[in-house]
Amino acid sequence: MTRHIVARTSEIPPGGNKVVTLDGRGVVVFHANGEFFALLNRCPHAGAPLDQAACVARLTSPEPGVYQRSRVGELLRCAWHGWEFDMRNGQSWFDPQRVKVRTYPVVIEDGETLAKGPYVAETFQVHVEDNYVIVET
Amino acid sequence: MSDVIDRPLLDQEKPAKTRLRIIDCDVHPSLHARSDLNPYLARRWQEHMKTYGDHLLTPYMGTTPYPRSSPLIARRDAWPPTGGPPGSDLDFMRKQYLDPLDVEFGLLQVLDMFIFSQQNLEFGAAIQRAINEWQLAHWTSRDPRLKAAILVGQDGADLAVAEIDRCAKVGQYVQINISPRANEPIGRRRYWPIYARAEELGLPVGIHVGGYGGHAPAGGGWPSYYAEEHQSNAHTMAATLTSLVLEGVPERFPRLKIVFIEGGFGWISSTMWRMDQHFERFRDEVPHLKRRPSEYVREHFWFTTQPIDEPDEARHLRSLIEWVGVDRLLFSSDYPHWDFDDPRFAFKTPLSEAERVKIFNTNARAVYKL
Repeated sequence: MTRHIVARTSEIPPGGNKVVTLDGRGVVVFHANGEFFALLNRCPHAGAPLDQAACVARLTSPEPGVYQRSRVGELLRCAWHGWEFDMRNGQSWFDPQRVKVRTYPVVIEDGETLAKGPYVAETFQVHVEDNYVIVET
Repeated sequence: MSDVIDRPLLDQEKPAKTRLRIIDCDVHPSLHARSDLNPYLARRWQEHMKTYGDHLLTPYMGTTPYPRSSPLIARRDAWPPTGGPPGSDLDFMRKQYLDPLDVEFGLLQVLDMFIFSQQNLEFGAAIQRAINEWQLAHWTSRDPRLKAAILVGQDGADLAVAEIDRCAKVGQYVQINISPRANEPIGRRRYWPIYARAEELGLPVGIHVGGYGGHAPAGGGWPSYYAEEHQSNAHTMAATLTSLVLEGVPERFPRLKIVFIEGGFGWISSTMWRMDQHFERFRDEVPHLKRRPSEYVREHFWFTTQPIDEPDEARHLRSLIEWVGVDRLLFSSDYPHWDFDDPRFAFKTPLSEAERVKIFNTNARAVYKL
């Protein structure tokens, strides 16, 4: 397993994302509700880039006229055909048995910790006073 | 099962340089604003547009009757960074679509301004003429890959024929476009002058889904949802095909070519089987038909592929293609709309190289004489 330092936490605002190339693949890192999620940047349905997806809420309706929104910003709605995926695990909302976006583990570590160990930080200098998003592939 | 994202690339997904060049029969350009048409509109019609605007036969004004699933029915990533609506910026269209997908020809389909459905026929004719000129000035003269259509509103057939003649003299247009949703079913005789002129000029008639002729798009009445209205595109196209064939349009105009655009093709075989069955039983009611309806369909009609059906089993898509016939299908993407079919990924069933060449290129090249 390779650990890639891909961004400072401050670099990806809530609701935003950053696309990085890891081992030759486009990976998109989202920031939602204080957490970071990394997914392959390609919709499994027709290949659309997922960094262009809308970050939406889960909308449920227990009965006519009553609507409940939950997990605001944690579901992806693809920019083309509107297929929806759970940012947390890549699962399709429409066809969970057959379709899934590949996800990658993400951890946040502070610069002081990172400065000590033999980590892969190809893209930028690590400063001890910052926090970093690390994607594992 | 998640291996769909890690499977090896199919041939059609390989980079553009190694692929067949495609002819896309459905690319949508857009106006930035209605005022873009002012250079092509008489002062009288500019004033009319500002003062009175659209008069349609639909029960809703100033919008489409069914709000779409995404703003301006577009892909979220198709809004040009320079501003303006999706499809309005040629440079961005080149960068996002025409160049990376290696499009050899893109056939323009303009849907702006309820162009086919204006009940003020003179105003309709004025904006049709303006849009026909705008296609050349803003698109085809700037990128020779793009090809314009002569847009006419068929409910004013005399005005339509005059505009067809004007454009035919210019000579840059590859087809004549009308809407499947007119005031009457479009096989009716009031529309025949358009078909006669198209046949004389050797220009295909292109019929793109949409338009608001005043009738509910679904046979049973006005749908409740966009999902339901979108579904009715296929019903409209089936009714349109049936009207044209049973009214005897291909029998009366034996050299006429008709292209159905954005109706998909899943419904065609069943429509043909049913028409043939009825023809066998009721042929004395329609003695003007000399052959089985399916024979007219297989000689006179072509169908663009988007939105392609996505059956659970790939072999069922294969069957749909075979039932309609590989020779009848023309690839289309619908760029930049949300239900865009990417030429690399849309056909989720194997095609032979010969079949791919026909569907993605040579069928359209022959129909449109490109």
